[in-house]
Amino acid sequence: MALLRITSPHTQRAGRRTSWVMLMVMLATVPGIAVQTWLFGWGTLINIAIAGIAALLSEALILSIRRRSVAFFLKDYSALLTAVLLGIALPPTVAWWVTVTAVAFAIIFAKQLYGGLGNNPFNPAMVGYAIVLVSFPVPMTQWVGAHELLASGAVPTFSQSLQAIFQHLPNIDSYTMATPLDGFKHKNELSSAAAFSSIDALQLPSLSSWLWINGAYLLGGLMLVWLRVITWHTPAALLAALALMAGVFYLFDPAHAASPWFHLTTGAAMFGAFFIATDPVSSCTSNRGKLVYGAGIGILIYIIRTWGGYPDGVAFGVLLMNFAAPLIDYYTQPRTYGHQKAKKGLKIGEDN
Amino acid sequence: MQTASVFSFHGGIHPPENKAQSLRLPLGRPSLPTELVLPLGQHIGQSSRPLVNVGDKVLKGQTIAINNGFLSSFLHAPTSGTIKAIEARPIAHPSGLSDSCIIITPDGEEQWTELSPLQDWNSLSKTDVLAYLAEMGIVGMGGAGFPTQVKLQGAHKHPLTHFIINAAECEPYITADDMLIREKTIELVLGIEALQHLVEAEQVIIGIEDNKPTAIAALNKVLSERMSNIQVAVVPTKYPSGGEKQLIQLLTGQEVPSGQYPADIGVLCQNVGTCVAVHDAIFLGKPLISRFTTLTGDALKAPQNVEVLLGTPINHLLDYAENDNKKLKRLVMGGPMMGFTLDSANVPIVKTSNCVLAASKKELPQPAPEQACIRCGMCEQACPASLLPQQLLWFSKSQELEKAEHYNLFDCIECGACSYVCPSSIPLVQYYRHTKSSIREAREAAVKSDLAKQRFEARKARQEAEAAEKEAKRIARQKASASKTGETKKAAPKAAPAATPSANDDAKKLKVDLAIAKTKLKKLQKQLLEAQENEHTEEINTLQLQTNEQEKALALLEEQLAKANAAAPAEAPKAPANEELKKAKVDVALSGTKLKKAQKQLADAPDDAELQKKVAGFEKELADAQTRLNTLSSAAPSAAAPKAAVSDELKKAKVDVALSGTKLKKAQKQLADAPDDAELQKKVAGFEKELADAQTRLNTLSSAAPSAAAPKAAVSDELKKAKVDVALLGVKLKKAQKQLAEAPEDSDLQSKVASFEKELGEAQARLTQMTPQSAAPQAAANGNSEDALKKLKIDTAIAKAAVKKVEKALKKAEDLNSPELETIRQQLEEAKKRAEELEKALANPSAGATTAATNEVAQPQPTSGDKQRKIDLAIAKAAVKKAEKGILALQQQGQDQAQIDASGLPAKLAAAQAKLADLEGMTNSVNVEPVVNKPAATESASQAEQIKQQKIAAALAKAQINKLTKRLADSPQDADNIQQEINAAKQKQQEAETQLTELQLAQRTPSQDNTQENR
Repeated sequence: MALLRITSPHTQRAGRRTSWVMLMVMLATVPGIAVQTWLFGWGTLINIAIAGIAALLSEALILSIRRRSVAFFLKDYSALLTAVLLGIALPPTVAWWVTVTAVAFAIIFAKQLYGGLGNNPFNPAMVGYAIVLVSFPVPMTQWVGAHELLASGAVPTFSQSLQAIFQHLPNIDSYTMATPLDGFKHKNELSSAAAFSSIDALQLPSLSSWLWINGAYLLGGLMLVWLRVITWHTPAALLAALALMAGVFYLFDPAHAASPWFHLTTGAAMFGAFFIATDPVSSCTSNRGKLVYGAGIGILIYIIRTWGGYPDGVAFGVLLMNFAAPLIDYYTQPRTYGHQKAKKGLKIGEDN
Repeated sequence: MQTASVFSFHGGIHPPENKAQSLRLPLGRPSLPTELVLPLGQHIGQSSRPLVNVGDKVLKGQTIAINNGFLSSFLHAPTSGTIKAIEARPIAHPSGLSDSCIIITPDGEEQWTELSPLQDWNSLSKTDVLAYLAEMGIVGMGGAGFPTQVKLQGAHKHPLTHFIINAAECEPYITADDMLIREKTIELVLGIEALQHLVEAEQVIIGIEDNKPTAIAALNKVLSERMSNIQVAVVPTKYPSGGEKQLIQLLTGQEVPSGQYPADIGVLCQNVGTCVAVHDAIFLGKPLISRFTTLTGDALKAPQNVEVLLGTPINHLLDYAENDNKKLKRLVMGGPMMGFTLDSANVPIVKTSNCVLAASKKELPQPAPEQACIRCGMCEQACPASLLPQQLLWFSKSQELEKAEHYNLFDCIECGACSYVCPSSIPLVQYYRHTKSSIREAREAAVKSDLAKQRFEARKARQEAEAAEKEAKRIARQKASASKTGETKKAAPKAAPAATPSANDDAKKLKVDLAIAKTKLKKLQKQLLEAQENEHTEEINTLQLQTNEQEKALALLEEQLAKANAAAPAEAPKAPANEELKKAKVDVALSGTKLKKAQKQLADAPDDAELQKKVAGFEKELADAQTRLNTLSSAAPSAAAPKAAVSDELKKAKVDVALSGTKLKKAQKQLADAPDDAELQKKVAGFEKELADAQTRLNTLSSAAPSAAAPKAAVSDELKKAKVDVALLGVKLKKAQKQLAEAPEDSDLQSKVASFEKELGEAQARLTQMTPQSAAPQAAANGNSEDALKKLKIDTAIAKAAVKKVEKALKKAEDLNSPELETIRQQLEEAKKRAEELEKALANPSAGATTAATNEVAQPQPTSGDKQRKIDLAIAKAAVKKAEKGILALQQQGQDQAQIDASGLPAKLAAAQAKLADLEGMTNSVNVEPVVNKPAATESASQAEQIKQQKIAAALAKAQINKLTKRLADSPQDADNIQQEINAAKQKQQEAETQLTELQLAQRTPSQDNTQENR
């Protein structure tokens, strides 16, 4: 009778493995992906497919170079999740090489070169996104518009999406238009009221399509919270901070600022709050830390949207707060059982 | 009965309970096994001490092991039977190691020892009840096995607000406490009441998880029947609510401060099993010999709870619960969350074994391979201590111990909740355990290194001081040798005018090199010794290597030097011999030191055979070294100067005498401590013989030495010796008389006294015989009749005194009817005769003396000066004697050195000695003055001055040594330092003495020359 000798505990919560966590996050994006496909055509799904293949290939490549078990790490689905998130974030008609560049950069440089899963200081998906956003700004702003407002008057078909992605669709411009955030950003000297009445992207069909998308991601996010894959702290803090910033400035200057509702329901507000900012590896650890971290992202999003050079600020907001995460961690340790108060920072004289 | 409010705690998990399996069958009572194995350490703290021997018959409940210190417990025989063995057996411990156990073969009779319940526990003092509980072997049965009486005592530190009974039993699978509450509800309540009587808490709360409805109902029923004010607090099922700290938080809302105990916030926790054991002890008189244990797991066909005797092998229980060996893949002692795996089922149930989980592979599968931490934070949400497990893992993996500690790693209770929820199946608890032990190790190492640092600094300071001292000495020596070399330089050209200067230079250089090398070697050897003492293994190796190299280099240098010396033969023969002599001396000193050290160690541990062997080895070494030294010292001077040889031997003989005397004294002292030790007596006898030998040798030498140079000195030496003999015998006699006074009936002693008296008489006779011999010719030769007259007078007085003494002895002998009566009478006659003769002689020369005195009127002044000095000398001598006597008296009164110091007598003695030395020097110089020319006189005076100084220095060094030895005895903790100082002082003394003898020799030579001239 060969008895097993290991230390306690001897049981584990069944089923809830890392791959399960990743899978749940991917599943939670399904409502959002469905809405995006319904509104913008097959482009998102094609993007996700391309991104997925690129991600698995680059992960396998780098793992074999690093002499790690390829199958073992591919099965944790973390690369696939990065691909899905990037596929969602990139415009539906963006050229395939943009997607591949973003994904490959995310996997190889932002993740594996830091030591693979669990060791990356920055959110890989957002690193990839930021790289292509900075490198190829034009294709990155070409979003498919609401079909009521389009010149073609229709959502691109599957073949049209394919053609657009592989650069064989000459009349691509008739399917794309600015997003509401883009439109609002370039209202120039117009007042808010004038902008909402005159700019295409700020018309109701456009706004409501983004509202649908954000609603779908909110739903997926709540599912994750319910499954306890993520905690409520980061998304709640992010959204609250964003709403608060928008609210404050809207109160002071309703003529030029957009309402909190506009900020919460356009762009990647919900997607960023529930799916990007909650990436556990690069975010803060303690609950209080997560609140600070989320609030920081929310504030940065508003600042970038309002005064920055880009229409949306989720990617840069998350990346900037990734920098700050370790610092926040030092100052937001929870109060341990039996201690009067929480420890803060590290003691002077310690090496760190 | 009241319901208590229930709070909450952070984190926690809800693993599958798996409690139903073991509750399907009623409480089981397994049969007696063929043997019971009772580990002596079933509790936290010191293992118990067995009270029984192999083969003893024991009754059920009989005490078989007693507590061994404060934090320990008693152990009782779980059944009647025979002690089969007391040996190491595998026990239920995470390490899987064996420990000493008492093994009992049951006789099957189950015959109880006489039980004496504590009927009057209500009226007895609490201390007595606690002591009784300790004797009943009661320890905490929840898991740790903390002796209950210690915990109860600790609870008196603060007034207790809550007395919590832990019935939560949060671990999956385990139902032993549940079953215990159901089966022994009333016993539990009575036990709680007894404990409450002891601790007097404001509230008594039973904390129980809501998954035990039957037990809760049973408890409520009994409590309401008894109108008890014990509260039952039903807490929600959540692991680890049964953890002491978590249950306290659940029931009181308070947290136990980090690093403190529940008693510090006025809370005491006891397990239900402990309460029932207390009941059994107090009300039934039964010691703790059995417990409830859950047998569960898929590998058992009949999982159940059993009441099992302590020491029952788990094999036996598994058989009882119909174990399927094929299915059994993991055997866990305790629950699945905090239990530990067992290597085999061949280990016994102990006081803290609450569950045996025989799991199948499916039930407790192999842990999945560890994946990377994705910092998902599930562990953090589960941690009941509100730690950041993912950060702790990070710090553990990167060995950042300080950060891990800063993140409160030591507040981790190792409940395993984090590992349970980890999606990457990281064995977090294992990492934390490892890091905790690393931190503990680091702390210990830090303490050690601090100590080492202190030691190092102390050593450095000491070495610097030593170096400074050495440097000072070296300078002093250089100064001293500067004059010497001046002389030798004068002498050298005479002796070896042909010697080539180059060879000389080479030799010098080599010598310098040799000296440097030797110093280095010595330093290294010292370091090596220190390293060996402090057990610095790595250092020892390097130092040994360095030492060897240095030795080699030294040998090379010596060879070269020898060659160089051979080239310059003028200097050759003496130097190496001297060198070797020195070396031999050093060897002797070293061996002596080693021997002393070993002897000291031996004194501390007299039974250490190895040490004894070592001492013997050292003694042999010492003897060898001395022999070597002897041969060398006899060989060396003979080559250089035959005259010095004799004096050297004389010195040596003196030293031998002194050594033997010391040894003898020591042995006698030891003998006084242990008068029955035959070996010691033999030793003393041996020493006495040695001493006698040494003295004989000394005598022959001292007679031989001066005879070559000056026959007169010989006589005076003999005279001195005789005087010394007399004095010695007097002392002996006194001692014996004193002893006799203490034990007047001792015939042995009486005869001894008589013989001493006889000897004394003889010695005195010898002395008196000699005195005229030496005095008369001297007086004649010098023509100094005045001196002779005085001497005669003194002699007469001595003779008279001797007569009186002998008369007294005679009287005593008459009283005692001693057989020596006749001899004494004869002696008396002789003494009287001599006295008469002396008186006659006194009358004759006194007439002649006056004429001589008138003859000497030509030089009246020096004579009177001489007289004055002599008188002064006598006074000084008397003062010295007085001071010595005073010190001796004080010592005899048993006063310690400090008081003696305080009395100022030593200071007086030193002063008197100094004066005496002064006077003696003056006398010498004056004695010489009239006969020698002026320069010689001044030289002699300066030498006398030097001698005086050296004498004083030697005396001072001796006094210091004595003082230090005393201090050493008083404060053994800084023995090293003091030893060092003593060595330094000894060295100083030796130096002083060497210089002294040199000077004396130097002085004697011219004075002898002078006397010869004078003659």
